[in-house]
Amino acid sequence: MPTTEASWERQQTPPRQNILEIEGLHTQFELDDGVVQAVSGVDLAIARGEVLAVVGESGCGKSVMARSVLRLVDRPGRITGGQIRVRTDDGAADMVSAAPETVREVRGKRVAMVFQEPMSSMSPMHTIGNQIGEAIRLHERVTKAEARARAVELLGRVGIPAPERRVDEYPFQMSGGMLQRVMIAMALSCGPQLLIADEPTTALDVTTQAQILDLLRGLQEETGMAVMLITHDLGVAAQMADRVAVMYLGTVVEEGRVEDVFRAPRHPYTTALLRSVPKLGSGSRERLRPVRGMVPHSYRRPSGCPFHPRCDEFMAGRCDVTVPEPLRDQGRPGAVSCLLYEEHEEHEEHEETTP
Amino acid sequence: MLTRNHKPAAPPAEADPELEFDAAAARSSPWRLVWRKFRKHKLAVAGAVVVLLAYVVVVFAEFLAPTSTSTSDSTLTYAPPQMVKVDLSWSDGLQMYVNGYRTERDPETFEQIHTLDPDLRVPLRFLPRGDSYEMWGIIPWDRHLFGAAHAKDKVFLLGSDRQGRDLLSLIIQGSRVSLSIGLIGVAVSFLLGLLFGGVSGYYGGAPDTLIQRVIEFLMAIPTLPLWLSLSAAVPADWGPMMRYFAITTILSVLGWTGLARVVRGRFLSLREEDFVTAARLDGCGRIRIIFRHMVPSMSSHVIASLTMAVPAMILGETAMSFLGLGLQSPAVSWGVLLQEAQNVRTLETAPWLLIPGVAVFVTVLAMNFVGDGLRDSADPYKQ
Amino acid sequence: MLSFLSRRVMWMVVTLWAVSLASFFIISLPPGDYVSTLQAEAESRGEMMSDSQLSALRSRYGLDQSFLAQYWKWISNIVFHGDFGQAFAWNSRPVSDLIWDRVGLSFFLSVSTLLFIWAIAFPIGIFSAVRQYSPGDYLATFFGFFGMAVPEFLLALVFMWAGMRFFGTSPGGLFSPEYQDAAWNLGKVLDMGAHLWLPIVIIGLSGTAGLIRITRANLLDELYKPYVVAARARGMPEWKLLLKYPVRMSMSPFFSTVGWLLPGLISGETIISIVMSLPTTGPLLLSGVENQDMYLVGSFVLILSTLTVIGTLISDLALAWWDPRIRHRYEGG
Repeated sequence: MPTTEASWERQQTPPRQNILEIEGLHTQFELDDGVVQAVSGVDLAIARGEVLAVVGESGCGKSVMARSVLRLVDRPGRITGGQIRVRTDDGAADMVSAAPETVREVRGKRVAMVFQEPMSSMSPMHTIGNQIGEAIRLHERVTKAEARARAVELLGRVGIPAPERRVDEYPFQMSGGMLQRVMIAMALSCGPQLLIADEPTTALDVTTQAQILDLLRGLQEETGMAVMLITHDLGVAAQMADRVAVMYLGTVVEEGRVEDVFRAPRHPYTTALLRSVPKLGSGSRERLRPVRGMVPHSYRRPSGCPFHPRCDEFMAGRCDVTVPEPLRDQGRPGAVSCLLYEEHEEHEEHEETTP
Repeated sequence: MLTRNHKPAAPPAEADPELEFDAAAARSSPWRLVWRKFRKHKLAVAGAVVVLLAYVVVVFAEFLAPTSTSTSDSTLTYAPPQMVKVDLSWSDGLQMYVNGYRTERDPETFEQIHTLDPDLRVPLRFLPRGDSYEMWGIIPWDRHLFGAAHAKDKVFLLGSDRQGRDLLSLIIQGSRVSLSIGLIGVAVSFLLGLLFGGVSGYYGGAPDTLIQRVIEFLMAIPTLPLWLSLSAAVPADWGPMMRYFAITTILSVLGWTGLARVVRGRFLSLREEDFVTAARLDGCGRIRIIFRHMVPSMSSHVIASLTMAVPAMILGETAMSFLGLGLQSPAVSWGVLLQEAQNVRTLETAPWLLIPGVAVFVTVLAMNFVGDGLRDSADPYKQ
Repeated sequence: MLSFLSRRVMWMVVTLWAVSLASFFIISLPPGDYVSTLQAEAESRGEMMSDSQLSALRSRYGLDQSFLAQYWKWISNIVFHGDFGQAFAWNSRPVSDLIWDRVGLSFFLSVSTLLFIWAIAFPIGIFSAVRQYSPGDYLATFFGFFGMAVPEFLLALVFMWAGMRFFGTSPGGLFSPEYQDAAWNLGKVLDMGAHLWLPIVIIGLSGTAGLIRITRANLLDELYKPYVVAARARGMPEWKLLLKYPVRMSMSPFFSTVGWLLPGLISGETIISIVMSLPTTGPLLLSGVENQDMYLVGSFVLILSTLTVIGTLISDLALAWWDPRIRHRYEGG
């Protein structure tokens, strides 16, 4: 069992070694018409070998959060606060404040990323062998021929037929599913400890989706790397992940083991989200209920709990005033940010402050 | 409970925050959105103001010019520009004046040299009586906006030319030809471009191929030599009006190609758009689809391209007239005026003859600003 | 690739044929036939042309035949004998005697200008896009607008006036007087270089301005594409990333600019040569136009267009070599 420093430890059982810890992350977009808080105080940790799914509706900031980890947010976006600690050989690097060289050292080598659209994520002007080889040669001192041989081997590992021929092809000569395999091969090339997969199957058709997910799962088990899977698809999350984090308007509202969260959701948003998904094989004929209301306009973030305008459990005078803090150790690993579960403490405070 | 391998009703793929649904944008009409974006381009707005002013000058040229184009003074050729001065000590309030000319003869070359004499004062005023003219050919009048208080005085605020004519008046009167030729030329090219580009883009197939080849061919020929050779075919004895139309035709016959390409490109991409398919499935006729659905959604692009085409036409006319192949004296245009500046020796004595070039530069620059701003804001739904 | 090449060359031949037809159309535009113009010209000089001379000329040019027959006579003389007809304003010297030196110089000037434009516009455009909204970008943008708005000949005039005013010499012509009639030697080449840079800068100005804007816009389109983010996520250093991916991508339209830059350059070169009296095609073309010396004019249009068409073909081939997508499309179909 690996030894862990006290500061790296958060959950009690089982002993974990976190390879990524995000604390109080804020990322915002300063646009002409106002400021959009895309990520607003996210705390997350991923342990070695763990698969964490980050789920949420479109625009909840999950993609921006994932990109912030590798400091890939383009202008006008900017990380404005928090820490992103990535475990390195000599401790940890804070991606928010690290020097560019350190950031480049982490990118690709410690933390690799797979994107949503494989076709546009590869340069059409270069062969796939060139691009995979480049990923290797950026972090390891190998010759071009060695890099090419490694590329062929990687392509074989991700299930591309005739890799020694395919390696010299251009992205536009391959299908979307094939290209996503290439992207995964590229991500694996330097043996990262964490793979961030940002909606890796959204742009693919359903059968290809399943194949890619199987491949990811298989590679994860084989290499023991951790995976952060960004998805809006609760089914994919349930199928792939050990833990799940539910995001709403740039904050993590609930987080925990997949079986806990999906079987017994505690945050009203998680409940609503699960209700909006058809249940296959359960025999129930109940109508699907989408989450009430609409995602608020990005410039106008609600006061208090960001979910309160759409919440079924809305408590006037409290939810729209107090920003809920994440509550941990409520009988199971994980956290939930909802005032419902703070009732007790909250009441006491309330009595004290009311004359 | 969730089970494996099913696909829930997926919300659309996550968008970047800046591309997100903008409630305010969704409620506004497209033209208001274009205007909103356009207004943010400070240079484009400034350019629009300059262009508007230029066309005001075109409309009121006779009134704004201090003299008519035929007024000349052979004793005051190549007179230097005069600076408007204001005397505050005058008893009747402000008095504007310029210094008059003193004429000497160069002892070696016997050329007349005019210099400004600080002791001579030529009073100026607003709305003086001067050369009589007919506004727009119908309203007879003899007042001008600004000029010498006494009609017999000669004032050359921007200097005078070889015949002793007032350069300022010439530039103002010349704006008519120079600026209208761009508009008319673009209007003709617009019709041709819309027709051929539209046919090409909407029907595709053989007509498209043919028109594309013709366009490629026309674009392959160097413009100026072609203009020159076509203008060589314009008979020398044609009057100014005929020449004007001949030049406009030459410019626009060769100028429609760029516009046709824009129109075709827009048609091609619009044809595949869902709303056009929807309109077709709703049973809209072809003409209705084109004019009700496709033309409105491409008009902002077309207007942007048009704005960019006007300055090219203006530069074309200027270049041709400059070479003496476009309009010819006594017709007045900026290119014709610049023809006088061709000789370096003349320029040495009268560098102000380049001022019409400044007029060309400022107008074209302003138009380019406007076109650039329009192009950027042409597609309000695109970031 | 071979089939693409042959198709492209075939298409070029068709274009050239159309160009030649258009050139001949221009030649035949002015009222009255060429020989009567020639006769009038000769009479004005006090010479008489005999009837046999006249009819010989008429059959030489096929003037008594139909338009197409005349065209055939003209074009076959050019293609098979290199005979472009005669320039009557030059004592009926053969056009081909007059033009080749000048065409060569025009071509040299245009190509030098093209290289100059690339050398200047490309780095500035890249800089402008990468440092968007920086003072340097604003400067480049301003320069771009300036270059597009100022007529080239005006700039030439200003330079010549400034040269006269401040240095006492006018920077016109191609050679200093002492080299004017000298045989080619190193001194003459250097002297030409000293005279040539100014026309190159002036002709290249508007093209440079346009290309800076295009490069900047192209690169800005590419800079934020997913493949750039993906390459960055692999840990690529910024400058290396920039050169390998977006710059390479934004170069594609760059190659196709040759097609439209070249006609523009030849136009610019024509008018600048006239103003600065450079011994290129420009002044000769102008005098031909003024005298309605149509064989001369038509020949120029034909030759300059042909050069442009060939230039466009070369740029198409270069584009296919540069961009695998285009190469692939050609190979596929």
